[in-house]
Amino acid sequence: MPKVMSGNEAVAYGAYLAGVRVASGYPGTPSTEILENLVRYPGIATEWATNEKVGFDVAVGAAYAGARALVTMKHVGLNVAAESLFYSSYTGLTAGLVVVTADDPGMFSSQNEQDNRRYGQFAKVPVVEPSDSEEARRFTQEAFAISEQFDVPVLLRTTTRIAHSSSAVETVEGHPPRGRRDAPPSRRETPAWRSGDHAFPRDQQKYVMIPAYARMRHPVVEERLTRLAAYAETSGLNQVIPGDRELGIVTCGVAYQYAREVFPTASFLKLGLVYPLPAQLIRTFAAGVKRLIIVEELDPFLEEQIRLLGVEAEGKKFFSLTDEYTPDRLRNWAAQAGLAPVPEFPPVPGAALPGRPPMLCPGCGHRGVFYVLHKLKPVVMGDIGCYTLGAAPPLYAIHTCGCMGAGIGVAQGAERAGVKDKVVAVIGDSTFYHSGMAPLVNVLWNNSPVTTIILDNLVTAMTGHQVNPGSGATLQGEGLGMDLERMLRRMGFSLVDTVDPLDYETTLRVIKRHLETDAPTVVVARRPCALQTRFREAPYLIDPVACTSCGTCLKLGCVAVSKYGGTMSINQELCVGCGLCAAVCPQKAVKSSTGVAN
Amino acid sequence: MNRPEKIDFILAGVGGQGTILASDILTEAGYRSGYDVKKSEVHGMSQRGGSVESQVRWGSAVRSPLVEKGRADFLVGFEMLEAARWPAYLAPGGLALVNRYRIFPPAVNTGHADYPAEEEIDRRIAARARLVWWIDATGLAAGLGHPAAAGVVLLGALANYLPVADEVWQTVVQDLVPPRHVDLNRRAFAAGRALACPDGR
Repeated sequence: MPKVMSGNEAVAYGAYLAGVRVASGYPGTPSTEILENLVRYPGIATEWATNEKVGFDVAVGAAYAGARALVTMKHVGLNVAAESLFYSSYTGLTAGLVVVTADDPGMFSSQNEQDNRRYGQFAKVPVVEPSDSEEARRFTQEAFAISEQFDVPVLLRTTTRIAHSSSAVETVEGHPPRGRRDAPPSRRETPAWRSGDHAFPRDQQKYVMIPAYARMRHPVVEERLTRLAAYAETSGLNQVIPGDRELGIVTCGVAYQYAREVFPTASFLKLGLVYPLPAQLIRTFAAGVKRLIIVEELDPFLEEQIRLLGVEAEGKKFFSLTDEYTPDRLRNWAAQAGLAPVPEFPPVPGAALPGRPPMLCPGCGHRGVFYVLHKLKPVVMGDIGCYTLGAAPPLYAIHTCGCMGAGIGVAQGAERAGVKDKVVAVIGDSTFYHSGMAPLVNVLWNNSPVTTIILDNLVTAMTGHQVNPGSGATLQGEGLGMDLERMLRRMGFSLVDTVDPLDYETTLRVIKRHLETDAPTVVVARRPCALQTRFREAPYLIDPVACTSCGTCLKLGCVAVSKYGGTMSINQELCVGCGLCAAVCPQKAVKSSTGVAN
Repeated sequence: MNRPEKIDFILAGVGGQGTILASDILTEAGYRSGYDVKKSEVHGMSQRGGSVESQVRWGSAVRSPLVEKGRADFLVGFEMLEAARWPAYLAPGGLALVNRYRIFPPAVNTGHADYPAEEEIDRRIAARARLVWWIDATGLAAGLGHPAAAGVVLLGALANYLPVADEVWQTVVQDLVPPRHVDLNRRAFAAGRALACPDGR
């Protein structure tokens, strides 16, 4: 009986059916739900890692040791793990290793839209790309088989529209996947394969990449690529869908689905193995059609290679290099190119509507820190997480944000450059464990007077509340949390303070003192994520007599506080009663509704 | 009820309003009624109080997970301003169900923009829709126990137009809603189902 699953649920199911034994990864939209679903299947060591590289190495170790392994991450996570991808390409593995890279065309939740198919070509490993949930399941299973057949890690590339779209998936009788809401994670069972009855393969020439052995492996990698290209010619992952010979389309991923709707009569070569390409199959397909068009999101990855084959093809000449494709965009470009009829439906006119960007939640502790920073006006180097929203109006409290773990190093550089501003780095707890510890040691080691504020909400909030080393439990629901302050003091920081960021007066005083200290210091601003804990107390009210409409409360950027028709008010459904607006109100006009007669 | 070959839906709201649960229910109901289905939604950053939308497609063989402009049969607005962003996606003659509920976006909160009047929103959507059905879903849900069940009230109203048996809706709600909320959501669905459709359906 088929079941409707998201692409991420289907990857997890496929990995389970493939007999995966060890799975690791770091949360990152749109990849996160793969491990969250996989942990519900029994007999698999499914864990969050502190970062993508660590997760990748865990998976490599398992695959070396003979257990099928999966590692998941978003596209930029593979930058963090790139070194591991490259060495594992040289070493190969004992059992299958599948690496999920979930790309984010359109940047729904990312800092760039890099095309990770390029990593396949760069590291000389195959790339498999599904176009719906059923293929996500099937291609995941197939990827493990390819990995073992060719002794190579396999990249499974998805995109946001594959990962977060749902469609029917074939299921195996007797092994129905469990739904995402109906079961708690399986507690760690001791699977049979962990019984310790097989030894680690001690093959130094294969697994020790010192120059002498690595030189021996490089020709193996090149020869493997040739064999993979030959395999691509007949692989079931690639598919020809015959149609009208006037127009032939080469495509992959979700773009295939859009292209089938926009070009309903064309012939299609749909590539599921997007690297290496089947040269002969492409030449034959091209010879059978009058005009060859390549439809792919982001980079001209297929187009460049197909043109190198000497095949005449058009693609990015018509179709954008940027942003997510949609059926609308594809139809408009195709119409401009004379490849498809002009869209039937004209746009609906109307003036621009006010936008609704994401904001820090009501009750969020980050707001307290950013309001203080907004007041004290240091330059603030940000990082990746919910707290990046501190850059948004009206707080405007973050001045750089590049990638995970960048803020502290950038802060040190700015301080070393001698800016007149006080320099602060803000970093979330999960990001700190991910890649903040090395730059923080660097600040201390080089004695750079940067104040680092660790925004500790005890969870990886942005991606949907995954546990991290500070949360007090693992994905399997066991283990101990880190003692962050103790670790910071043992590192050697002499000034470490912990505040509740919604305690406005204390937070202001402490951060001020840290900014005045000419040494590396750390503030831990700790408050559990309001969204995760569903923090809710009696809402606050504005006393209309005391209120002078000065607008101080509006500077907090809380969705519950508004100025409408010249009057300040607090939305009683949205307010969760954190009291920060009451703390900053100069007129003391904001009061808790506790005790007010209903 | 006759059975259209395809039905496409857009569900638009604000992060945290429950568009994902509602689109899950809608997707599963279509699937269990014999349609091929696809659903697309956005997670992550956008969910923090930002605009969110889910797209659900029922058909004999659905390819794109995204609905093309001018082809959606139903627009379900969980919030008025969010509904106003999507009329271009409605097919001429499509139907809009809009929750009469406002959540001010930041620019309105700070007085930098005006929240459009209900008449203006109605006019925009009616430029494409054959009917804009205004429903006090949040108020009804609050009366039943929790305003968060507004989305399922809207689904109940939408069900008046869909070829899905009542038992199917019941079991899908049972299967997808966390056990402690099943009763509330069943009542919310029934409340929406019992509303008088303005076109007499």
